Amino acid sequence: MTLLWIALLPLLGVLVPALTAHRRRRFCSLATAALPALALVLTLAHWPSLAAGEVLRFAVDWMPALGLDLAFRLDGLALLFNSLIVGIGLLILLYAHYYLSATEPFGRFYAYLMLFMASMVGIAMADNLLLLWLFWELTGLSSFLLIGFWSHRSDARKGARMALTVTGAGGLALLAGVLLLGDIVGSFDMNVVLASGETILADPRYSLMLGLVLLGAFTKSAQFPFHFWLPHAMAAPTPVSAYLHSATMVKAGILLMARLHPAIAGSELWSLIVTLTGMITLIYGAWFALFKTDLKAILAFSTVSHLGLITVLLGIGSPMALVAALFHILNHATFKAALFMSAGIIDHETGTREIARLGGLRRAMPVTALLSTIAGAAMAGVPLFNGFLSKEMLFAETLAAPLLGGLGWLLPVLATLGGVLSVAYSLRLIHAVFFKEPREAPAQPPHEPPWLMRAPVALLALLCLVVGVAPVLVEGLLGLALEPVLGKAFEFHLSIWHGVNLPLMMSLVALIVGVAAYWRHANLRRLIKGFRPVDARLVFEAAIQSLGRIAERNLARLDGGSLQRYMTLLLLTALVMGVLGLAQMPVLTGSKGNQPLDGILLLGAGLLIFGGIGTAATHRYRLISLLMLSVVGLVVALTFARFSAPDLALTQLSVEVVTMILLMLALFFLPQKTPKESSNRRNLRDVGLAGALGVVVASLNYAVLTRDNASISGFFLENSVPGGGGHNVVNVILVDFRGFDTLGEITVLALAGLAIFKLLNRLRLFMPHSDGEGRLWSPDRYPAILTSISMALLPLALLVSAFIFLRGHNQPGGGFIAGLVTAVALILLYMARGVEWTQQRLDFPYQPVAIVGVATATLTGLGSWLFGYPFLTSAFGHFSLPLIGEFELATAMLFDLGVYLAVVGATLMILANLGKVTTPHRPAKEATESHATDTASRSGKEKH
Amino acid sequence: MESLYAITTGVLTACGLYLVLRGRTFPVVVGLTLLSYAVNLFLFSMGGLTTDGAAIVNGPGGYADPLPQALVLTAIVIGFAMTAFVMILAMRARSEAGNDHVDGRSREDREGRS
Repeated sequence: MTLLWIALLPLLGVLVPALTAHRRRRFCSLATAALPALALVLTLAHWPSLAAGEVLRFAVDWMPALGLDLAFRLDGLALLFNSLIVGIGLLILLYAHYYLSATEPFGRFYAYLMLFMASMVGIAMADNLLLLWLFWELTGLSSFLLIGFWSHRSDARKGARMALTVTGAGGLALLAGVLLLGDIVGSFDMNVVLASGETILADPRYSLMLGLVLLGAFTKSAQFPFHFWLPHAMAAPTPVSAYLHSATMVKAGILLMARLHPAIAGSELWSLIVTLTGMITLIYGAWFALFKTDLKAILAFSTVSHLGLITVLLGIGSPMALVAALFHILNHATFKAALFMSAGIIDHETGTREIARLGGLRRAMPVTALLSTIAGAAMAGVPLFNGFLSKEMLFAETLAAPLLGGLGWLLPVLATLGGVLSVAYSLRLIHAVFFKEPREAPAQPPHEPPWLMRAPVALLALLCLVVGVAPVLVEGLLGLALEPVLGKAFEFHLSIWHGVNLPLMMSLVALIVGVAAYWRHANLRRLIKGFRPVDARLVFEAAIQSLGRIAERNLARLDGGSLQRYMTLLLLTALVMGVLGLAQMPVLTGSKGNQPLDGILLLGAGLLIFGGIGTAATHRYRLISLLMLSVVGLVVALTFARFSAPDLALTQLSVEVVTMILLMLALFFLPQKTPKESSNRRNLRDVGLAGALGVVVASLNYAVLTRDNASISGFFLENSVPGGGGHNVVNVILVDFRGFDTLGEITVLALAGLAIFKLLNRLRLFMPHSDGEGRLWSPDRYPAILTSISMALLPLALLVSAFIFLRGHNQPGGGFIAGLVTAVALILLYMARGVEWTQQRLDFPYQPVAIVGVATATLTGLGSWLFGYPFLTSAFGHFSLPLIGEFELATAMLFDLGVYLAVVGATLMILANLGKVTTPHRPAKEATESHATDTASRSGKEKH
Repeated sequence: MESLYAITTGVLTACGLYLVLRGRTFPVVVGLTLLSYAVNLFLFSMGGLTTDGAAIVNGPGGYADPLPQALVLTAIVIGFAMTAFVMILAMRARSEAGNDHVDGRSREDREGRS
């Protein structure tokens, strides 16, 4: 259980600075340090049990279906990394307390730092591959926030973006690799994965998986050719650089390779890729570190170089090489963090990090000079400092590595070259800043920083020295860390003197030639001046921008913003699919065959075809086209009646009326004619496409109609009376069997009404003052005959709709139809008497009616819960009243009432609101006045 | 009878689709309405074409398939709601863009782009 706490404490620590940021900084810093300090203590408390050979694990299911568990482990490797991550993190916190200026939002900074620490601890302790990947991505995100902390600076933003892009892309590759690895092994559990190294090596997908995982590791650990983001991440505040680039972020890739070493290493492919990449990175980083003039840039390239060194050791993979790798992880973290922090101090005190403008600082800040010199010596690999030991182990291992066959001698030579370069740049860094006489006097006289700001540097420099003199002190820790990496225990001893041997000679050569190289530095600089330096940031930005351009161009090709083209493509696809489906059918006409024809059918079909073609042919004359459409609608209603569907016929008829009124109203505001736009070729193409689809639909319909169909309707027919208490099966299906569907549909109806209500809000319309032929509108607004008929019709229509509603359960009818009939009657009133008149008498908005309708239906459904039945269970019973006799009441009736109200409310919401919009625009009798407003609104539009 | 019914559905579909492919909003809405008639007829016929079927369960049988009817009934009502929505949207688009082209851009936009 404590394992979970070790992982969670830093994560909880994110909240602490957020909560205490308004207090004084001292308080906030101390409070922030508390939780990670506790996590560190808890980690170290497990040391004895780890030393006794235990591996501590903790797991709870998180998403078992995905194989993702909340699983943590604490073994030697996690112990080493946790100590580094949390230990150095605490030092960074102390340092940042002094580093950030008073105006900067330290609470936010600490919160990001904690988030980053938590995600690194998560990587170190994850006992599940997917969990590891999750924390891996979290480091990418939190490092993005940290690098871009000074978000007002362009270089910080660009650096952060670059780091996120490169490591994020690597993270995706890692995800693919991890999924592949989990697939090969059959589990994402780290223990299972680590134990099945042989299965993994034998799998044919091994090389692909390895490539993907290494891509993730190399991008994160800034290996060549993905190193370029690291120097640009130096735009971050120095505490961030010190933290990310010494002990944590860039070590995540190394940690991944070490963690998975027993599972995926051990092939020649691994050794070759990892060793060579590491070696190239080692030389490349060291070479560029020698010529940079910014302190942090020098340190950044040296970090790249040292990461390469560790990678080489992991690639060689012999037990001693792994010891050296772990040892160097530790050493690099100590001296690099110390150097970054002193670079920050120098920047803080002098206001510059340019090596050319610095010099002679040993007089102003002697303690910092001493501490930096110690750390620098460790970086250079001077004897008696920790860097010397791990570097000499590298030399020894490259000599012993069985790689590259006959070219095997290259490795030690290159390693020595790397050593030479690192001596030269370390010397340059220290000498130029602290010892050389300055070319110009610093702008402000520098002095020593507060001793607590220097304390972390002092502690780390002390560690460099102590470990360098007595390496035996860390043997225990390294031994524990080695075990999970190697897969077994291994005895070794670290000593500072091995006698005069080849590695010692190589160290000596590195030292002497390195000093010489710095001495002749001017010559070297002149040599490389011939080469134009490539700014990785410019290349990267250009690549990103061209990517954006390509994407835009491709998008424009696919998404031209033309609805017609989309429709054409959509219909073409449907056509192809339909034709493919039909082509597989052996015969079109099924076994049932045709029923006989009669004259009425022929007439009906003729009318439909005439109306359909007429609608399409006259579409440029919109009113005629609309009239043709209404012919189709009416005959469709008759068709339903002809084929034994009275409910449908009634619905279609009433919907037809409201649709036509709606379209007529809308047409009033739209151009009366469509200009001729499409070319003849285009028209021909559209006719062809539409015709072909019509053929497909007709064939499909014919094929279905002539076949026997097994319908599930038998169930409804049998259970309608006993189960739903109604004889009209269609209505029982709507309100009972499939009541949930109906509830959804009336909800959609009400929503459409509300959306239209909103769309009509403050709609500005073009008002024609005459019809298409130029005739002014009739001044007789409300024809007398229509007015009187509508008045007389209203009570009758309402009575009919009540009748249709009440009988709906047993006879054709029901809530939908009754609602439509009511709506039509009311709309007739609107049309006959005008909106103002009607509004005065029906003085309520329709939105609540629709909503009450949906609510009634829903509550009826919910009501069945009170009696312990599922949602929308209906009940019915028979009652008798004097005079009327026996009748039946069903809860479905209440549901149908909801449907009725929703239909009435939604329909009137649509039409009455549209009508209301027309009223203030209704053309006045004075044509000139309306003409004036019309042109005014037109000209306003053009300006718009 | 079945072949005639199928041909009618096909013709209505074709006419509706042709109108849907036009470039102005009004014909497109009319086309959608026409298409929804065709689709409703098509769906309705999935239960077979029954002449003189009983509308209610009360007697010896010969019922028309009630399931497609129930589905089509709601489809008709929803179809109306959608037609109304698209129509009002078209009006709104004309008011905002100044023309009734289906792409919903003002003239300057379209000319600037092409």
